[in-house]
Amino acid sequence: MPSLGADMEAGTLVEWMVKPGDSVKRGEVVAVVETQKGAIEIEIFNSGVVSELVVPVGERVPVGTILARIGGAMPAAAAPPKPPAAAEAQPPTPPAPPVVAPRPVMPVVPVALPAAAAPARKPVSPAARRLAAERGVDLQQLTGTGPGGAITVSDVEAAKPTPPPVEVTRRRTGFDPAAMRQAIGAAMSRSKREIPHYYVTQTVEISAALRRLEKMNSERPPPLRVLPAALFLRAIALAMAKTPELNGFWEDGRLRPGDGLHIGWAIALRGGGLVAPAIRDAGQRSLDELMAAMRDLVQRARASGLRGSELSDPTVTVTSLGDRGAESVLPIIYPPQVAMIGIGRIVTRPWVVDGAIGPRPVVTVTLAGDHRASDGHRGGILLAEIDRLLQESETL
Amino acid sequence: MNATEAKRLVLDVLSGIAPEADFDTLPGKAQLRDELDLDSMDFLNFIAGLHERTGLDIPEAEYPKLSTLDGAVAWLSR
Repeated sequence: MPSLGADMEAGTLVEWMVKPGDSVKRGEVVAVVETQKGAIEIEIFNSGVVSELVVPVGERVPVGTILARIGGAMPAAAAPPKPPAAAEAQPPTPPAPPVVAPRPVMPVVPVALPAAAAPARKPVSPAARRLAAERGVDLQQLTGTGPGGAITVSDVEAAKPTPPPVEVTRRRTGFDPAAMRQAIGAAMSRSKREIPHYYVTQTVEISAALRRLEKMNSERPPPLRVLPAALFLRAIALAMAKTPELNGFWEDGRLRPGDGLHIGWAIALRGGGLVAPAIRDAGQRSLDELMAAMRDLVQRARASGLRGSELSDPTVTVTSLGDRGAESVLPIIYPPQVAMIGIGRIVTRPWVVDGAIGPRPVVTVTLAGDHRASDGHRGGILLAEIDRLLQESETL
Repeated sequence: MNATEAKRLVLDVLSGIAPEADFDTLPGKAQLRDELDLDSMDFLNFIAGLHERTGLDIPEAEYPKLSTLDGAVAWLSR
């Protein structure tokens, strides 16, 4: 069970898209997991042949639990920290013949979580697990009579079925607002507890930028039009190249720079809550490509069609409040990231140009930085660069 | 397009964007963005949806005229 963010402790397996014997390629979607952020498609991290599906559909397991095994895989790039009980839950008999060296798949994305987040699991025989899934028996409620307290088939047979978890029938129908509120609360509490935030703010005059968009959009049909938010994102993506210390993760007492610039784009969900899936390699995407990526993410975020890697990849997060938002925002960094940029609503304000005051459209850009990784001086350089780029919006 | 067809089209496109909304009680003169909690992307998708279904070009300068249910119906059936 991969971690899809600092706020995730467990997930429910709601669908397997592969079965034992199937060949899988790294990056392929193999399962759907229900999380506090809704149903998320999980990609496999290694290529090989599926030898065993360890976690049955409907079961909720902590982050770090092995979901499946594949044979013939190259060593995992990052070995998952196995919960102690996971090893005991392995089958007592050798796995399927084609398996040379079974290796755990889906290594946990390296996100720091308290060790206590994974409660000890009871040993369960695979046959008992399958039967429990079929009959809707909650394994956590059983006392095992097998070796080492393991739950056996007869334990399951003796148990009364419990109603199947609600999640099974809730596949892709959205998310639980209360659970998401809890997840956001946990991540933001950690951020406020651990991250010494500093804030720098700049008001950017954008009349030239808006004129450029207006002209561009007047020549395009509605589906190809570009929103101001995409232009802001383009300026941020280019400006970030100048301040690499704002892009990455704070881990083990130091900055681990991002492997590329993957911007988490904060999306408000209807009914409350938000997600910030990644726009990968944002600095290398054109304005139109960024706009297309934003549209795609918004649509899939609301339809619960996001992939696990999209939630775990962001190296920095951007939130744009849009035309009904507040005038400015002081973001709270999403740990373990080290910076977040907030963009307020476009407003018309008195502005001095060549010694005269006139009404101009302006937008407030705010950077929240982690003071352990950078100083406000560097943050100011980023904002000045964003401003400069938006003044020369023809080049964006 | 007459007003009845236009209204059906507008509500159909909106229901794809705000599936949870109760359109029977949507006031004709209320701002759609406020009433249905639409952000900039939602509103653009609304315009794009109307464009795709009618083939009509809807310039950005006309957006304010389509900001309410009554306004959008009037614009489409003009």
